[in-house]
Amino acid sequence: MAKSKVVTIDEAMKHCYNGMTVMLPGFVNCGVPQTLIEGVMQAGITDLNVISNNTSVKGKGIGRLVHDGRIKHITCSHIGNNEETCAKVVAGEINITFVPQGSLCEKVRAGGAGIGGILTPTGVHTPMQDGKQLLEWDAEAGKYKFVEADEPQVGKRFILELPLHADVCFVHAYMADKMGNVKYHRTARNFNQTFATAADFVIVEAEHIVEVGELDPDEIMTPGALVDLVVQAEMED
Amino acid sequence: MRKPANERELIACRTAQFFKDGDVVNLGIGMPTQCLDFLPDDVDVWVDTENGAIGLAGAPGEGDEFPVDVVDAGGTPSKLRVGGCCFDSFRSFGYIRGGHVDITVLGAYEVDAEGSLANWMIPGKAAAGMGGAMDLVSGSKITIVMTMHCDKKGNPKIVQKTEMPLTGFKVVDYVVTELAVIHITDKGAVLEEIASNTTVEEVVAKTGCKLIIPETIGCMD
Repeated sequence: MAKSKVVTIDEAMKHCYNGMTVMLPGFVNCGVPQTLIEGVMQAGITDLNVISNNTSVKGKGIGRLVHDGRIKHITCSHIGNNEETCAKVVAGEINITFVPQGSLCEKVRAGGAGIGGILTPTGVHTPMQDGKQLLEWDAEAGKYKFVEADEPQVGKRFILELPLHADVCFVHAYMADKMGNVKYHRTARNFNQTFATAADFVIVEAEHIVEVGELDPDEIMTPGALVDLVVQAEMED
Repeated sequence: MRKPANERELIACRTAQFFKDGDVVNLGIGMPTQCLDFLPDDVDVWVDTENGAIGLAGAPGEGDEFPVDVVDAGGTPSKLRVGGCCFDSFRSFGYIRGGHVDITVLGAYEVDAEGSLANWMIPGKAAAGMGGAMDLVSGSKITIVMTMHCDKKGNPKIVQKTEMPLTGFKVVDYVVTELAVIHITDKGAVLEEIASNTTVEEVVAKTGCKLIIPETIGCMD
């Protein structure tokens, strides 16, 4: 009989701490781990280094952490839906690293999959290439060569993006069984599935918690083997 | 298919004529989504959304289960059409970057004669970030920019070489404005069509790059 990973939110928060690097999935208000974020709020955890796609909207989801000054740095692709995040970045209260959305996915996927780095054409000749190594395919030589940004481009050019990994990942699931097998629903899946692979400690909040065996093997999207704890999701979207 | 009622609808209508039956299209939030109002009767497209679905179908209707779990690229509740499917963001951007989207339509601050696009950052102003735009333009088979021909101050948005921070280098194939359809080719920016209420001279005057004027110019409306 598989051991249950279901705990209270208070218990889950004992594994979170000030200054942690935390992956927060979700797309605006969809598929955001709101219950676990509320847990962080209640537990007073702060100085977070957040990896997420965006910051929800003002005062909601990840926006709660922004509003209460809990975030010191965020790596994300877009903050335009939350005017408070924009203001705090301008004021220097939150440091930000922009990464194109697809590159963010690849970096996290690499981090969770043992991959040392990825080559992407996204961002070449844009500010996204600053400070990063560039490789260009030399068709004549049949190999990649490192190039400088100001070298004229001859072959297909790529940015070498490095892996991302986190201390903790919060996951929002439609359904989880008690050993942590997860099923997502529709576009609430978004970053949850990939982020869940790339953290040392993974906590799932599930709208529905079921007995082990109720999820069909073909519908499990994140194996319980990747999951450390499961809590009951409480907040409404 | 109804006729466009104003300049912005004209841009959307003409852009929609690029769509072929069965195309997978990604439409930027705002003006590009209006293209769906002007699809020819025999053209059915599959709308891809970067947050993980193909088959987005507009506003939620009656009988939708879990409407909050289907959102578009702006986070607005939407729905899936029959035959639609969902997947995670990593796969989504694999489809986008890997050339599986036929047409991506987005807006611009500036486009230049080589097809470089700037639409995510204005120097000196706070940046909201690029989201999925850089990936979309790097992977889409065809990239179409929908934009007014000039900005609110009357400055051309189509320029010879943009100095703004880029979204993509030499990525744009077509620019559709209320005045013209411009095709960016290896030889440069070709003026392929103009609107019925303008002239070649007016378009040239309002464009900030050299335009190649072919012998025959079509009418976009």
